[in-house]
Amino acid sequence: MQLDKASRGQVIKITGIPNDRVRVQAIRFGLSEGAVVTCREVVPAGPVVVIRNKQEIAIGRNLAKTISVEPC
Amino acid sequence: MNDAIESRIPSGGRKIVLAGNPNVGKSAFFNALTGLYTDVANYPGTTLDIACGRYNGDVVIDTPGVYGVSSYSKEEEITRDIILAADIVVNIVDTVHLERDLFLTMQIIDMGVPIIVALNMADEAEREGMRINHILLEELLGIPVVRTVAVHHTGIDELKEKIYQARPGLVDSSLLEKISRVSTTCNRGEALLILEGDPAVSERCGATPGTELESIYRARRERANQVASMIVQETGKNQGLADKLGRWMLLPVTGFPLLMLTLWGVYELVGVFFAQTIVDFTEQIMMVYYEPVIQSLVGSLLGPESVLTTILAGQYGVLTLTVTYLIGLLLPLVLGIFLVMAILEDSGYLPRIATLVDRALGALGLNGQAVIPLILGFGCVTMACISTRLLPSDRERRIAIFLLAFGVPCSAQMAIIMAVFAGLGPIYLLLYILILFSILTTTGTLLGRYLPGATYPLLIELPPLRLPQPKYFIKKAWTRTYNFIKEALPLFAGGALFLSILEVAGLLQGLRTLLAPLTVNWLHLPPEIADVFIMGAIRKEFGAATIMNLHMLPIQDFVVMLTLTLTVPCIASTIVILKERGWREGLLMWCVIYALAFFIGGVTVRLLEAFSKSGALNAPWLFIFIICAMGAVLGLARFRPRKEE
Repeated sequence: MQLDKASRGQVIKITGIPNDRVRVQAIRFGLSEGAVVTCREVVPAGPVVVIRNKQEIAIGRNLAKTISVEPC
Repeated sequence: MNDAIESRIPSGGRKIVLAGNPNVGKSAFFNALTGLYTDVANYPGTTLDIACGRYNGDVVIDTPGVYGVSSYSKEEEITRDIILAADIVVNIVDTVHLERDLFLTMQIIDMGVPIIVALNMADEAEREGMRINHILLEELLGIPVVRTVAVHHTGIDELKEKIYQARPGLVDSSLLEKISRVSTTCNRGEALLILEGDPAVSERCGATPGTELESIYRARRERANQVASMIVQETGKNQGLADKLGRWMLLPVTGFPLLMLTLWGVYELVGVFFAQTIVDFTEQIMMVYYEPVIQSLVGSLLGPESVLTTILAGQYGVLTLTVTYLIGLLLPLVLGIFLVMAILEDSGYLPRIATLVDRALGALGLNGQAVIPLILGFGCVTMACISTRLLPSDRERRIAIFLLAFGVPCSAQMAIIMAVFAGLGPIYLLLYILILFSILTTTGTLLGRYLPGATYPLLIELPPLRLPQPKYFIKKAWTRTYNFIKEALPLFAGGALFLSILEVAGLLQGLRTLLAPLTVNWLHLPPEIADVFIMGAIRKEFGAATIMNLHMLPIQDFVVMLTLTLTVPCIASTIVILKERGWREGLLMWCVIYALAFFIGGVTVRLLEAFSKSGALNAPWLFIFIICAMGAVLGLARFRPRKEE
């Protein structure tokens, strides 16, 4: 499943970030592949906001479409 | 180390470098250590120019906030080079986001620089129900750790006591071995960055960039998570009002009304209270008390008709126009706008606006983050152009700077607009907003579709919402206003002097005639308006007094305001554009913007004339016409697909 399909409140595990630069930046943020996050918000037609340890990160919709996740 | 940075750092003593993620309070530490003031803001990108100060004969250097060091952005490069040259790093960590921040901490430790950690915002962490074992953190990292609340000065004395106990921390032995195998003459920090594949450092050291970036990053991230989980004890969680408000700000249904409400509040405060109530009062003082006194004083000293009197106290007098305008009109307005900006920045609302409008800005070839420079542009385009450095790609910086210089009116431009439109009525104001909006959207769309490259996707952190502290936002607004006026004063006085001399020498008339084809024939304006455009290249607000004294028709006032808005705001922004974009691109941008501004001005005056009958404007049809024209351009642009990386 892709991140943009996640629903609010769902707990998901990030399994793949294809874009190299985004992947590196995400590791710094704390979102490495394998990280478990909670989907905090899906802005209609807009970004997906995930939260992990009180840290909220907004991810653009088109980027979210490329990120693979699995529900857990 | 970068020569430009080196030359700005005072010599003598050790280099104490403040480093940390964005929004962790570095500036407050800088303030506390050196007694100097820097901007304190709750959004990424405040510290764009590095600040230096003194502490105990050593040099304290502030750095832009970053999540890690390498060469992914200009800010990162600056921070990287300063850390590489540091004798001591004071790493400021946001206790609430400890896990995230430890990545940078560990990267600096891996670089082998002596380091001390300040666990800042410890009070916020406790309110969030977190208990931190900072003694254990000291043991795990092998470096001193101090608990602080910098804005309340808590823990600062302890930090000062322990600052010289900073030492290199514990490094994973396998990484240490890898670093030692990098064959280079460079230092340990550089060796690590070469291993992490940093292209700039590798080139500088004449080494081949390593390929282990991801494995090193992963290992470091894992260790950071592990350490954080060992020292943080969660005692409970509370969902407060800030949480709910943060959510409402993001959802379109509530987010757009909240945004509108905010903008309305801003308008009431700046557009009504500061621009009308306060300005009426200050202008009155200047016009009634200040100017007559100066005029009679200068007149009696130098003779009422003398050349010097005209230069000092005439229509464009250095002592009359400059002072009245700066103190009477600009000071209160700019203060009002900077107050609003400071409150917005400190609250943490801006990144949420970025998330809310990400989709809409995507159409302009920008990601939501560009909303920050664009909103800042309404305060000061010069400052906003500098803040485009926080955008992730060069292409976006290019688009944002073009839009800022072209279609975003800065506080000085808005000051005149508010003043002139007060006399024109709301229809013209609406028309102005509509035209400006269509120009911004069509220009952005066309740039987004036709410039080579792709939009970098949105990936930002949403900082916690915080109630802005009056102590900080008032100080910040005042510092910025002071700098603004200080910078404006000589330019403004110089401009007034220049105009007065032209007038006295009779050259102004010549220039007016020279520009007449443009002003009179193309824009249908009186020839005197040339002064406004000539001075407008230096500072837009300079022409305001002239515009009001010319007593033109509403249509003419309108066209002048629109054309002035579209030209580059001032000499300072011109210089920044040249600096940020390079001479060739900057100059090209400047020329294109001026040409477009006059072209659009001429087209608008013809439209306004065509849509008015015996002086009265047929507004509804004009509005429909403009919307259709915009729709047509946007529709045509859709044939070219939008690109995103």
